[in-house]
Amino acid sequence: MGDFISADGVVFGYPKEDGQLNIVLRGVTLHIREGEFVAVLGHNGSGKSTIAKHMNAILIPNEGQVMVDGIPTTQEDRLYDIRQRVGMVFQNPDNQIVATVVEEDVAFGPENVGVEPAEIRRRVDEALEDVGMSEYKLHAPHQLSGGQKQRVAIAGIIAMRPRCIVLDEPTAMLDPKGRREVMSTIQRLNRENGITVVLITHYMEEAAQAGRVVVMNDGKILWDATPREVFSHVQELKEVGLDVPQATELCWRLRREGLDLPEDVLTEEEAVEAISKLLEEVRG
Amino acid sequence: MLRDITIGQYFPGSSIIHRMDPRMKIVLTLAYIVMLFIAANALGLAVGVVFLGLCYLVSQIPLRMILRSLRPVVPIIIFTSVLNMLFVDGQPVFQWWILKITVEGIQTAVFMSVRILCLIAGTSLLTYTTSPIALTDGIERLCNPLKRFKLPVHELAMMMTIALRFIPTLIEETDKIISAQKARGADMESGGLLQRAKALIPILIPLFVSAFRRADELALAMECRCYRGGEGRTRMKQLKIHARDIWCALAVGLGLAAVIALNIWGGFFMNT
Repeated sequence: MGDFISADGVVFGYPKEDGQLNIVLRGVTLHIREGEFVAVLGHNGSGKSTIAKHMNAILIPNEGQVMVDGIPTTQEDRLYDIRQRVGMVFQNPDNQIVATVVEEDVAFGPENVGVEPAEIRRRVDEALEDVGMSEYKLHAPHQLSGGQKQRVAIAGIIAMRPRCIVLDEPTAMLDPKGRREVMSTIQRLNRENGITVVLITHYMEEAAQAGRVVVMNDGKILWDATPREVFSHVQELKEVGLDVPQATELCWRLRREGLDLPEDVLTEEEAVEAISKLLEEVRG
Repeated sequence: MLRDITIGQYFPGSSIIHRMDPRMKIVLTLAYIVMLFIAANALGLAVGVVFLGLCYLVSQIPLRMILRSLRPVVPIIIFTSVLNMLFVDGQPVFQWWILKITVEGIQTAVFMSVRILCLIAGTSLLTYTTSPIALTDGIERLCNPLKRFKLPVHELAMMMTIALRFIPTLIEETDKIISAQKARGADMESGGLLQRAKALIPILIPLFVSAFRRADELALAMECRCYRGGEGRTRMKQLKIHARDIWCALAVGLGLAAVIALNIWGGFFMNT
């Protein structure tokens, strides 16, 4: 099977006032297979949101090509086929919810593509179940917390039965609790429902949960590898203005001071284990 | 505090009137208005009053809610009553200089006042017992035939829904902006009218900017969810006319018939 989303040599620029292009993507080639969980990292202005918007034909490349499930995004008559396959969740949950009742909002997508009423009902109940928001289905959006609203937004997308969800910094406006809720929802959707996930983020801890990390800088892809591999380049990541997960950072600093710790520590548990092993060795 | 705001004046309940199909409710409210306006004598109007009273009893809307909805029309009622009393010709009961009050004038004034009060209370019953979303839905479906005349029915309903959805969000935002401006020393409580109006500018401008940004993002999110207007769209919630709707329609029909009957033969009862 080929790639679900493939971007080849994508160059894109936003038009400036003088008619020139403000180049944001300088030749991005990225292939995403079905079922993957890919995190795209990068600081502000690195082009990570821009590449995300190419994945469901909101933006069309100036040069190069983007294909979704074999459909080129330039093919205008299949625009809604693409958008049905690749759903998109944005940063601000408030600005994505359309209806005044949670279940009505989740129904919005399937209604737009003309699904049968009974089938919509089934999908809405299922989607709300999947994000753990069933008990709130008759609430008004403004009664919910940020994390809950974002989960409703995700439910609104999965009710369209997409094969891939692109999330553009979905946790940036949430508190730590909301962030955890949304992240575990995303992981469950990827693992249990087999939905391909592309997570745009600047939280290293979130990227560490993905199966593959793509680091972007200045409109180009810098690394494209497993989190363990990417986060072992602590020095280089710092040079492009990115951090590494705290546990990785701690071990890196200790190693710089001459302690014998592994390079590829990702999580707190791994750090605890590595350090306590070292301590035991020291004590003899 | 702000999280608890209710939009419109919906008073949740589970009475038969609450559970009626919104389309039927709108149509029956219109029929009730017709009933009020064709009532030509006191008996006919009395039917209207009693009918409304029964509806309120069934809906279990508290009396203070009804009174609250009537408060804003009191000045109008006083104004029209005074005009009616002074300018309707007939048998004078009181005369002073060029002003005279007639029996017919008083009758017309009372008649008109009752009619206006019933009108307001009757339409309020609709908004008390129907949530804004159901109301919008009902209006959209009722107006559907107007699509043939190129009236953008779906678009109007969509605008209405989005407005309803964003009212709480924008109120919350206004609250935040006011706090932020106060923290920077903005003075909003003192000064004359003009000064206070001026003090609103630093609140309104950020509010507008943010509203436009929200609109932009919402439009993008809607596009991502395959929104392309009303064409080819289905709805999850299907409205169905139940037996209860038929019963309510019959009740209103009966009221209407009674009023018409009283218009024809009412004079007979009044004169004997």
